[in-house]
Amino acid sequence: MTDVQAWRGVAAEGTDDLSGQTTIRLRTRSRRLLRSLLRPHKKLFALAVTLLVVQNVAGLAAPYLIKVGIDQGLPPLLARHDARVITAVVLAIIAVSALEYATKRGFLMTSGRIGQALLFDLRRRVFSHFQRLSLAFHEKYTSGRVISRLTSDVDSIGELVDGGIDDLVIAGLNVVSIAAVLLVLDWRMALVVLAGFPVLLWLSSWFRRNSAREYRVNREKIALVIVHFVESLGGIRAVQAFRRERRNNEIFAVLNDDFRRSQVRAIRLVAVFGPGIQLIGNITIGAVLGYGAYRVLHGQTEVGVLAAFLLYLRRFFEPMQELSQFYNALQSATAALEKLSGVLEEEPSVADPAEPVPLPHARGELVFEAVRFGYLAGRPVLPDLDLRIPAGQTVAVVGSTGAGKTTAARLVARFYDPTEGEIRLDGVNLRDLSEADLRRAVVMVTQENFLFAGTVAENIAFGRPDATREEIVAAAEAIGAGTFIRSLPDGFDTDIRKRGGRLSAGQRQLIAFARAFLADPAVLILDEATSSLDIPSERLVQRALRTILADRTAIIIAHRLSTVEIADRVLVFESGEIAEDGSPATLTESGGRYATLHRQWAESLA
Amino acid sequence: MSGYAVTVEPMSPDPLPRSALANLWRIRSYVRPYVGQMVTMVAVSALGVGATIVIPLITRAVVDGPVKRGDVRGIVLLAALALAFGAGEAGMFFVRRWVQSTVAAGLENQIRNDLYAHLQRLPLEFHDQVQTGQLVSRATSDLSTIRRFLSFGLIFLIVNVATYLTVAGLLIQLYWPLGVLVAAGAGPLAIITRRFEARFIRVSRRIQDQQGDVATIVEESAVGVRAIKSFGRRRHVARTFEVAARQLHDDSLERARVVARFWPLFDIVPNALLAAVLLVGALAVGSGALTVGGLVAFVSLTLMLIWPVGSLGWLLATGQEAATAADRLYEVLDTKPSIVDRPGAADVPDTEGHLRIEGVGFGYPGTGEPVLHDVTLDVAPGETVALVGVTGSGKTTLTALVPRLYDVTAGRITLDGRDVRDFTLSSLRRLVSTAFEDPTLFSASVRENLTLGRPDASDEQVSEALRIAQAEFAYDLPWGLDTRIGEQGLSLSGGQRQRLALARAVLGRPRVLVLDDPLSALDVHTEALVEEALRRVLAGTTALLVVHRPSTVALADRVALLQDGTITAVGTHSELMATVPAYRAVLSATADEEEVPAR
Repeated sequence: MTDVQAWRGVAAEGTDDLSGQTTIRLRTRSRRLLRSLLRPHKKLFALAVTLLVVQNVAGLAAPYLIKVGIDQGLPPLLARHDARVITAVVLAIIAVSALEYATKRGFLMTSGRIGQALLFDLRRRVFSHFQRLSLAFHEKYTSGRVISRLTSDVDSIGELVDGGIDDLVIAGLNVVSIAAVLLVLDWRMALVVLAGFPVLLWLSSWFRRNSAREYRVNREKIALVIVHFVESLGGIRAVQAFRRERRNNEIFAVLNDDFRRSQVRAIRLVAVFGPGIQLIGNITIGAVLGYGAYRVLHGQTEVGVLAAFLLYLRRFFEPMQELSQFYNALQSATAALEKLSGVLEEEPSVADPAEPVPLPHARGELVFEAVRFGYLAGRPVLPDLDLRIPAGQTVAVVGSTGAGKTTAARLVARFYDPTEGEIRLDGVNLRDLSEADLRRAVVMVTQENFLFAGTVAENIAFGRPDATREEIVAAAEAIGAGTFIRSLPDGFDTDIRKRGGRLSAGQRQLIAFARAFLADPAVLILDEATSSLDIPSERLVQRALRTILADRTAIIIAHRLSTVEIADRVLVFESGEIAEDGSPATLTESGGRYATLHRQWAESLA
Repeated sequence: MSGYAVTVEPMSPDPLPRSALANLWRIRSYVRPYVGQMVTMVAVSALGVGATIVIPLITRAVVDGPVKRGDVRGIVLLAALALAFGAGEAGMFFVRRWVQSTVAAGLENQIRNDLYAHLQRLPLEFHDQVQTGQLVSRATSDLSTIRRFLSFGLIFLIVNVATYLTVAGLLIQLYWPLGVLVAAGAGPLAIITRRFEARFIRVSRRIQDQQGDVATIVEESAVGVRAIKSFGRRRHVARTFEVAARQLHDDSLERARVVARFWPLFDIVPNALLAAVLLVGALAVGSGALTVGGLVAFVSLTLMLIWPVGSLGWLLATGQEAATAADRLYEVLDTKPSIVDRPGAADVPDTEGHLRIEGVGFGYPGTGEPVLHDVTLDVAPGETVALVGVTGSGKTTLTALVPRLYDVTAGRITLDGRDVRDFTLSSLRRLVSTAFEDPTLFSASVRENLTLGRPDASDEQVSEALRIAQAEFAYDLPWGLDTRIGEQGLSLSGGQRQRLALARAVLGRPRVLVLDDPLSALDVHTEALVEEALRRVLAGTTALLVVHRPSTVALADRVALLQDGTITAVGTHSELMATVPAYRAVLSATADEEEVPAR
């Protein structure tokens, strides 16, 4: 590890890059994606190609008409002041121009429509797939990477879409038709032309191999730049407080420079490829000129044939330039498609059931049966958990950090699935519940209270978008958040800029509480949900909880045992196992682990 | 509403094209180091165009001359010439591309570095208001747009205009009435260009802003994925994204519509010129003013204008896109960092750590009510003062003012009698160490995260800090202190993160410590251990502590009660408990205020 990289530290395997697979698989995968994106637009595509062909014919017609005008329009005009032919030609040029205008306009519009529809489809697919993927994926993949996939990668496909179709079609059309004409005109000379082809193919495959590799690197490098960019701005408070700006600039410069070098390499590959094709073309022209002239001298072919050959050859190789541009854009887009298809191929580790068992009105009975789970293989957090929580019970879970309390809660919220055993809600395995039913039944509030851009009211209604204003206000009032919300500049309509930057952690927590309360789940999980609250707020929340939790199952994880007092039952977790289980009163008297915790807590209040 | 040009709101619907071009012109400072390369690219492109013209002439010469005459030597010579020109053409092309690789990537790289550095200098106030997605799109999409124009579009704009002028000049020499006719073609071109620009620049700006909005939604949905999953709202979020992506789609179609309407017009002009040349030329030939050969030469020269003129449409489009991208870029770069070293700012001298808050007021810009007003507090060297108050009373805001993450809007904060704004930012922030309620860890090793503010910290200091914060678990991570944590590394629990953030703050025993509810996520047992260790650190440190719990209050020598943005009472915990009912209400742990546990 070089010095400039040491700061990053060591991470678990393969978080940097998902693609350890072989090249061929990557390519097939991305081609399949491209095809599936294009399929719905077959008809429009055909229309675009037709318009393009007509436009090109019209484009070629103008110079031809000029020739006709000079050859056949001028003599009658000069000889007998007969302007009919020349006028007809000029009118034809105007008509052809109008046709070219119309077809080009039509083509640009059609190809724009195809391209934008394709990009829209791609964005939508990738976005909703990201949202479908489990937390285990997101914990590895980072938000910066998600952003880079959905912006930078999609952009580079957009570049192909913007200019690609006409390059490809025109060039393909020209190359095929001209090759045919050349063979008909003089096959020997055409063979000279074709002799250049193996070189051309070799050059193309050289370019394809290298640029595919380079663009793959390129996509990864820009992702790293974006990841660092996003992370520094997300943590800007800590960056500034700890004067990390300079160090960050250094790190960013290194990442950015890696990207720059990859860019340079990619452009240089085209710098060899494009001119290389041109060189082959020009050499072929020279060779044909020499050989053709030799044949003309020996009377084996006509001068006119040679002239036509040379004119056509120019036409033949010029679009190859466009083709090389297209090829380059294609390579870049393919690398991006590879990344995107890789994301689309990720299966959510917590998958939706194929045939969900409906559970429209959950009561809230929870059963853990022989549940085993660990984040890393070989390191079980919960070795073997059996637990039954009857509907409506309020359970407090206590224990030291790392005992597995949060993990157990996450399993109930199905952020992860147990590696062995099962968890049942009202007798239904969580794996068999539809997402909608599960999320309606189970809601988890944590210390990380993410608020979305929008108003306070919108954030409270996040879990139940159909809630009325009265219900939103009532939810806020119930947990004692009404006072502070009303004191905000626009009350419930105050816009929360950028992840609630203006609100204190306690205020965010209150809003998150109101959000969970309004969602009205059968099972409510509170994971340290009151940790940032001041005591009066906490007291209000607790008072509210007595009513809120009355008719639902609740799992409360708390270090502050004040919350535990409202519980019917206490579970003490130790190393992933339940060490003590009983009512708060019995456990306090039993003199066990909970009794100690309770004593410490009582002392801490003094 | 917002003090910054970079907003979440759509920009004014009709941005002035002039300002956009002005901003594009400002990019020249980035181009300056590459002037040599730019000139090379223009020159080489022009030579390339020259070669492109000459090669057909040579082939014609071969066919017309040596072949007809049976002159073998002439053929060989001309074929060799054609080869040489062909190789030259390819060579020119290669040189342009090769040079372009350095220029394009270098320009983009430099601007991005500057943008990033500038963003880090901008105050929190800016970052509170501007969404990261908008900034990401500036650092990526907009920069590529500018890069494409500078390294490609601009070159051909110059070459094509030069070709046009040259050809027009040649034509005027050849036969001036027709030449003037062709030159006059610039008139309609200018009109088309202006009308195109007016429409295109608006839609291109809209697209770029919309791309930023899409990026913003992506960012938010990625960061908030837990909340989205908790409430099973991914379909809702996907719909929100779809609306934004659909808007981007519609805007892009609008762009396609403008392009489809105008670009073909650029093709029509050379065609119309050809028709006119043919008609007028024929008349001229008829009247004997022009020979047929002259007309042929004239027409073939005019034909050469088809590509340079026809491509003007998209060349101009790249220019306009670059102009609006430059506009967006300079909106950020022109935002002046408001929290900077004052002229004559000095490093914090060896300080005792006497912190005074004198009549301080603070309000976020654009909001009416100040968050803090008339706050006065004296923290003696080595003293620890706890800030207590209900949620939203301004405690966190007050702590952010000390290291100047925000600047006071009234009054002042002093260290040993000198306004903190008279010190250099870096020395002030080195002296004042902080831990926030939200423990931010970066994707870096544990060690890097701990020594963020003090890269020179020794191993002893690191292990001391870990001990104080009860964060020795860090040694047991898979790679010890070299384990990468944060977003791209091992995920830690809330309590673990908070302890690392605390260790970071106390590392190297700072003179002034500002801790915002630093123990909220710890269990009672760990909290007790941390408090005990922290007590020893605080003995020699001036500290401001935001606390919610009586247990943590015990760390402080005195307590200040914040109510509605100002300090209403200062004293020891027991004094305030005894005399201030409001304080009792905030800190009393039991539901009934009568049963306040006595100390």
